[in-house]
Amino acid sequence: MRWKRVNLVVGAAIVALVIVTALVSFVWTPYDPQQISSTERLLGVGENGHVLGTDQFGRDVLSQIMVGSQTALFVGVLAVGIAVVIGIPLGGLAAARRGWTEEGVMRLSDVIYAFPPVLLAILLVAAVSPGVGPAMVAIGIAYVPIVARVTRGAALSVFELDYVAAARTYGRRKTYIFVRHVLPNIASVLIVQVTVLFALAILAEAALSFLGIGAQPPRPSWGRSLRDAQTFIQLSPRLAVWPGLAIAFTVLGFNLLGDGLRDALDPRLEVRRT
Amino acid sequence: MYVVRRLGVFLFSVVVASGLVFSVMSILPGDPAQVMLGTQATPESVAALRTELGLDRPIPIQYLDWLSGVVRGDLGTSIFSGQDIAAQIASRLQVTMPLAVMAMTMTILLAFPAGVYAASRHRHLGDTVVTTLSQVGLAIPAFWAGLILVTVFAVGRGWFPANGFPGWNSAGEGLRALFLPALSLAIVQGAIITRYVRAAVLDTMREDYIRTARAKGLSRSAALWRHGLRNAAIPVLTILGLQFAALLAGTVVIETVFVLPGLGSMLLQAITRRDLLLVQGGAFVIVAFILTINLLVDLTYRFVDPRVARR
Repeated sequence: MRWKRVNLVVGAAIVALVIVTALVSFVWTPYDPQQISSTERLLGVGENGHVLGTDQFGRDVLSQIMVGSQTALFVGVLAVGIAVVIGIPLGGLAAARRGWTEEGVMRLSDVIYAFPPVLLAILLVAAVSPGVGPAMVAIGIAYVPIVARVTRGAALSVFELDYVAAARTYGRRKTYIFVRHVLPNIASVLIVQVTVLFALAILAEAALSFLGIGAQPPRPSWGRSLRDAQTFIQLSPRLAVWPGLAIAFTVLGFNLLGDGLRDALDPRLEVRRT
Repeated sequence: MYVVRRLGVFLFSVVVASGLVFSVMSILPGDPAQVMLGTQATPESVAALRTELGLDRPIPIQYLDWLSGVVRGDLGTSIFSGQDIAAQIASRLQVTMPLAVMAMTMTILLAFPAGVYAASRHRHLGDTVVTTLSQVGLAIPAFWAGLILVTVFAVGRGWFPANGFPGWNSAGEGLRALFLPALSLAIVQGAIITRYVRAAVLDTMREDYIRTARAKGLSRSAALWRHGLRNAAIPVLTILGLQFAALLAGTVVIETVFVLPGLGSMLLQAITRRDLLLVQGGAFVIVAFILTINLLVDLTYRFVDPRVARR
């Protein structure tokens, strides 16, 4: 039990740290993250007051990492937002209607599930210009089937419960029942899923920006920093270390938070595990 | 009956997926001919390309035309190179497929022993170490793992080539070039599968038949080997299938890190060259492949676990 709490506490602390960093970076960074300096190129850790050194253009690495968190969280929030806004009603619809509607929704989500976020982004970017927008939409749509499936699975059992049947005898519509009775009961499952998707979305954004089809300059992004670092990997391998650590640290935080929330919100799992 | 129904769902999914791939490229704002030729193109050249590509016809006709080509294995010709798209994809698959298979093999070699070991050391130090490592592995982007592996083992030690692919003329050299890319993917996939293997083995070890086997005098590990693992393998099989799809998507990114001439790098080049037909063809092949794997997993699952059929 104590071990499970560790997940929750450590995860929440890391996520809080990332959020605070992103907020602080709006008003303060050690240096201007875009400031180019030909005399301060590729400085090492701690040189000339640059805590994590500088990149090939003489820009402060720590400041770039700090503002990079804005893109990671921004894309995460909107991509997961898209997945939730489309996925929850779809999953709810499938669970409420059953029959052909359910079959149709589930088969369609199976098809979309076969499109990994990277592939969807490639398709979108081929048609429109690359950027955070298409990346976000691609990641969001790719995760719709996951949210729809989880919502349906959880909602199905709630729709079977007596008080839902009671609500139906009152003549309540299924939409009302879903929003008023089912959704609050499956909220914990969805919160856990959303936390895990957030971690996946951050990884996907980093990958897309690394490929050059996500965040575009001058928008700072951890994935793009790694793309730039790849060019200088022989000269300065440490440039590839910091953005990668930032991604891994953030994703680890969200994953731990997800695990911790699952254990905290669903005690039944705990019983099953022991 | 189930097999027929499942095949029907598969065909339906492939057709819907082809429609999705096609519609993303055709229905989105912007004229594909204009996109291909760039903003500098004259209206006349855009109009000429539109006619050449058949874009002046109604969209449903264009789709059916493309789909009938797909069925015949004809994905059109690349606007950039003038080469047959199907042939181009087939040659790229010679890198992507071995890479994905190699990565999956490494994943299994990493995850199965680690997961079984963690489960057998449940609530001991060994379990904690494996669980923590897999949690960290889950958080690492595969392309970052690739960059680090290149720095250490290619640039630093020179054990493996840092990038490029020499072809399959020498199988040894080909495998050597794919080793680090496959390992980068396997580190992340291995972390995911380890968790599933561990959970599946733990679940199985709580089953009555294991208790019976133990009561008959079998040791914990003997019961695990004789009865547990086969049953634990069933849920893991499904996950392996699903993860193979993720792995294919991962190859797109990893091919960029290691500059491998695979399907992923072909798609990215096609975007920069505005070769929309090539993107369309490549994307469809990947999705069709993923759907096929899902089909095979479902059918195998039913075959290895008769309980699914009875349900």
